[in-house]
Amino acid sequence: MNSRKELLQVRELETTFFTDDGAIPAVDHISFSLKEGEILGIVGESGCGKSVTSLSIMGLVPSPPGKITSGEILLDGKDLTKLSQKEMRKIRGQEIAMIFQEPMTSLNPLFTIGNQLTEAILIHHKSWSKKKASARAVEMMKLVGLPRAEELLKEYPHQLSGGMRQRVMIAMALVCDPKILIADEPTTALDVTIQAQILQLMKDLNVRLNTAVMLITHDLGVVAETCERVIVMYNGQIVEEGPVELIFKNPEHPYTKGLIHSVPDMRFKKQRLFSISGNVPKPGTVKQGCRFAARCEYAFDRCQQENPNLYQTAEQHKTRCFLKEGKEASLDDRTAIESK
Amino acid sequence: MLHYIGRRLLQLIPVLLGMTFIVFLIIRAIPGDPAQVILGQQATKEAVAALRASLGLDNPWYIQYFHYLGDLLTGDLGESMRTKVPVASELWPYLGATLELSLCAIILAVIIGVNAGIISAWFQNSWFDYAAMIIALIGVSMPIFWLGLMEQWIFGIQLDMLPTSGRDDARNPVNPITYLYIIDTIIQGRFDQLVVVIQHLILPAIALATIPMAIIARMTRSSMLEVMRSDYVRTARAKGQKMFWVVYKHALKNAIIPVLTVIGLQMGMLLGGAILTETIFSWPGIGRYIYDAIGFRDYPVIQSGILVVAFMFIMINLLVDILYSIIDPRIKYN
Repeated sequence: MNSRKELLQVRELETTFFTDDGAIPAVDHISFSLKEGEILGIVGESGCGKSVTSLSIMGLVPSPPGKITSGEILLDGKDLTKLSQKEMRKIRGQEIAMIFQEPMTSLNPLFTIGNQLTEAILIHHKSWSKKKASARAVEMMKLVGLPRAEELLKEYPHQLSGGMRQRVMIAMALVCDPKILIADEPTTALDVTIQAQILQLMKDLNVRLNTAVMLITHDLGVVAETCERVIVMYNGQIVEEGPVELIFKNPEHPYTKGLIHSVPDMRFKKQRLFSISGNVPKPGTVKQGCRFAARCEYAFDRCQQENPNLYQTAEQHKTRCFLKEGKEASLDDRTAIESK
Repeated sequence: MLHYIGRRLLQLIPVLLGMTFIVFLIIRAIPGDPAQVILGQQATKEAVAALRASLGLDNPWYIQYFHYLGDLLTGDLGESMRTKVPVASELWPYLGATLELSLCAIILAVIIGVNAGIISAWFQNSWFDYAAMIIALIGVSMPIFWLGLMEQWIFGIQLDMLPTSGRDDARNPVNPITYLYIIDTIIQGRFDQLVVVIQHLILPAIALATIPMAIIARMTRSSMLEVMRSDYVRTARAKGQKMFWVVYKHALKNAIIPVLTVIGLQMGMLLGGAILTETIFSWPGIGRYIYDAIGFRDYPVIQSGILVVAFMFIMINLLVDILYSIIDPRIKYN
């Protein structure tokens, strides 16, 4: 796993929204990387900066009021934050593609599926004929499991079900063979059986096409089923990062523990659902101390004063909590972990 | 679709019927007697009564109405009481003049208004946006007669660039075929006259286009602003599409439907309500034709003139409804 190349590196990324209430850092100095062919999950509650992170990578942060204020996003050594609009357009769709939460509204209602799919192809393959692009569109639609692909080309989005539309979105995203697919809550708007199908499809395509996937979700179940590695975000910061099995088996950050604890257990029907007390503070409102301190049952004085660093607690495990300070994995520990 | 159009055309019958009735009653409620107007103040009572009898005005109003309806059903729009010429043949030149002017005005209003609205929405809160919206606000609140007079004073008199009245050069008149002079001169290959005709059109077309242009610009802007925030616009950008095509292909097609409604209504208004502009620029249009007829209490001309304008208004709205379903596949009329 370690031998895989890091495709995308996000370094100290900060995206700020300049509103009437002042500058709000929606994404606050986050760093992570996405490796070739992996599926990385990003979890967190609404407003924790997941979507802004993905939009920052795509260069699609609504501006104004949003702006990437510092940090870099490296793709093959190129810093995406420094590219011109024209250069960025070549990245979008071709190198990094994105699918969105709402398949019902993400396709243009007034153009046929065929028109929208071939458009995605012809933007990046200007020399292709329409016929060649249509053939490629059909091929891709078959790959994502859409029946009667040729007929669908002539149909409009409203004639398709939600699941089919999301398949069209995936086909459209992957039609130019991007290296990275960012999926922003791709299954949230779908019902459960369709959700499972779409997730399975994304896993299959990840294996078959070797496309790295960045899966943004608030659903830990989705992460457990699909991802290899997971990043937990809270209030614009990464609070925990690690392989999925490790995070589920041994969550270290109190927030992650709370999240895992809140997943309903179907074996005990009458049990009251656990919830983390309090609400997510608005981004930018916690000026001092740990962002989670107000809701944390383990919080002590220091948590109110300083924001903890992201401590490396094991080979691939990082946690932003003072309880883990001084418990970083030593070299000996690491070899022990690896030998297991 | 054909079924729908057929049904809409059938619905036209009661609408037009109701309209003839209302117009018929209203114009007869205006004080004044056509026979008296035609014969003048000095006419004897006997002469007026004789003329009334010959015009059929001595019958009760409902008998007159049924005569009028009977004529309409046979395609006869009646005969002018004043000139004794059939309204149908008298109307054509005026209708052509109004159609030409209002089509030019609406095309001008759409091209400039829609684009100004799009660019304002695309670059929201930019200097262009502010400037365009202030100009649009001035445009909607501008009295047309004042704008027309200013145009004549600046471009006609001070700069002496453009003619200020009429449709063509009286010394070299256009030989009318369709009464749309642009088409007539092109058919006849008279390009020297075409230039003159276009010169005559510019000032009244601008005056007439100002209000619709401002309304269309504001409507387009607000509709575009809403659409630009939609998910499919973000999808189009995520594909790597150029902003120009995101705006003019993906966003505009979605934003244009409410604008189309406004364009249809404005076009209807121009057809019937251009009297001010037509008067200022001595444009021999249907608005002035009907207005003059009101002065003479020329009942058949008023009735049939309004009927024709209403008919066109309804047809334009039908056309708009058909365009909806062509643009948006989700709109089905059957």
